[in-house]
Amino acid sequence: MVYPVHPDYTTITSVYNADYVKSILAYNGGSVVAMKGKNCVAIATDLRFGVQAQTITTDFERVFEVGPHLYIGLPGLVTDTQTVLQRLKFRIKMYEMREGRKVKPRTLMAMVQNLLYERRFGPYFVEPVIAGLDPVTKDPYICALDLIGCPCEPADFVVSGTSSESLYGMCETTWREDLEPDDLFECIGQSLINAFDRDALSGWGAVVHVIEEDKVTTRHIKSRMD
Amino acid sequence: MATERYSFSLTTFSPSGKLVQIEYALAAVAAGAPAVGIKAKDGVVLATEKKHKSILVEEHSIIKVEMITDHIGMVYSGMGPDYRLLVRQARKVAQQYYRTYLEPIPTPQLVQRLAAIMQEYTQSGGVRPFGVSLLICGWDLDRPYLFQCDPSGAYFPWKATAMGKNFINGKTFLEKRYNEDLELDDAVHTAILTLKESFEGQMSSDNIEIGICNSQGFRRLTPAEVQDYLANIA
Repeated sequence: MVYPVHPDYTTITSVYNADYVKSILAYNGGSVVAMKGKNCVAIATDLRFGVQAQTITTDFERVFEVGPHLYIGLPGLVTDTQTVLQRLKFRIKMYEMREGRKVKPRTLMAMVQNLLYERRFGPYFVEPVIAGLDPVTKDPYICALDLIGCPCEPADFVVSGTSSESLYGMCETTWREDLEPDDLFECIGQSLINAFDRDALSGWGAVVHVIEEDKVTTRHIKSRMD
Repeated sequence: MATERYSFSLTTFSPSGKLVQIEYALAAVAAGAPAVGIKAKDGVVLATEKKHKSILVEEHSIIKVEMITDHIGMVYSGMGPDYRLLVRQARKVAQQYYRTYLEPIPTPQLVQRLAAIMQEYTQSGGVRPFGVSLLICGWDLDRPYLFQCDPSGAYFPWKATAMGKNFINGKTFLEKRYNEDLELDDAVHTAILTLKESFEGQMSSDNIEIGICNSQGFRRLTPAEVQDYLANIA
């Protein structure tokens, strides 16, 4: 069975009796959002891991730490989440050993872009989200990429995953410039929860990382568990 | 390339443990035109002699001090044609780095990659080592860099160094004249004096080439600028 290249093409992916016609990026479900605040960034993920309609685990985090103040979220097909993370970590470690310095957020974006575009005609089904602070200047940075590596570096927030459309709506209304870390936590937490509550394939709680100059605060939010 | 026909390396150990091909390559370098590099507080200077065998040679068509990226420059002692290949490869390496990381290549990274290429030619089938030593200058992350790359693939960071004909005298001269507080202008002046030590005849803006690298990036000095510095020496 050959998976189509463009995620808008649909295919019957289930071999069970109750077949669904879905996009591959929605096979496992999951959502990630990142926001910029005042001298801080926040990135949040839902915790559901499922196979189409069936929920398998409720503790699957799809946001990973790849540097002291650098996080990447990889929503999409979970096998690719895992593989892209492994291959990316390999490249990051080699870079840090060769260059003797930590990867900057924008450099991480370039590396992810390269990794994804290498598979332009048979892509990884992940749409990454990066959030971090520059190791030297401490400038906040967020960006999102599509599955073939096109980056988007806005000044406010980025969203990705099965509830991305609801997330856009929630973030657009709740985000303000220069939110302090605690306010940013509330903003991103509420945006994510209310967005994925309207999505069957995301949810089962959220984990939020707020990244400040001197610390990273990770909080687990309990939401409606369905 | 000859590597398709030869599967064995032509650079092999002698009983005393030396790689004679590399020794010979270094001899080719030592017979080449002198080149000097000096690191100052606020920049780096590269200078080289550009003597021509005949007065009929069109001097300004041959360029020895080459730009690799906006912020990195290079000069050599030894065989010109080998140098041209390395310039091309250095430029390619720098652009590939930019494509992968969207960041200008740090000078030490370029030097490491270039040195790895030079080392390949001492251990691959059917090829000979490069007959050049390179002087690479760069400015990134708010500081100057000066490196030398040898035919063996070894690379050295320098504060100041000389290569090519009479390099021993050149280095001795620099050991006396160098100090950590040199500004770029003084460094250019010192570089010209170092070249003068081994120069036969009259120096002019037609037979030496100077490049500088500072926070504004790398550039070659125009003949007029070179003339100004030369006037200060006389």
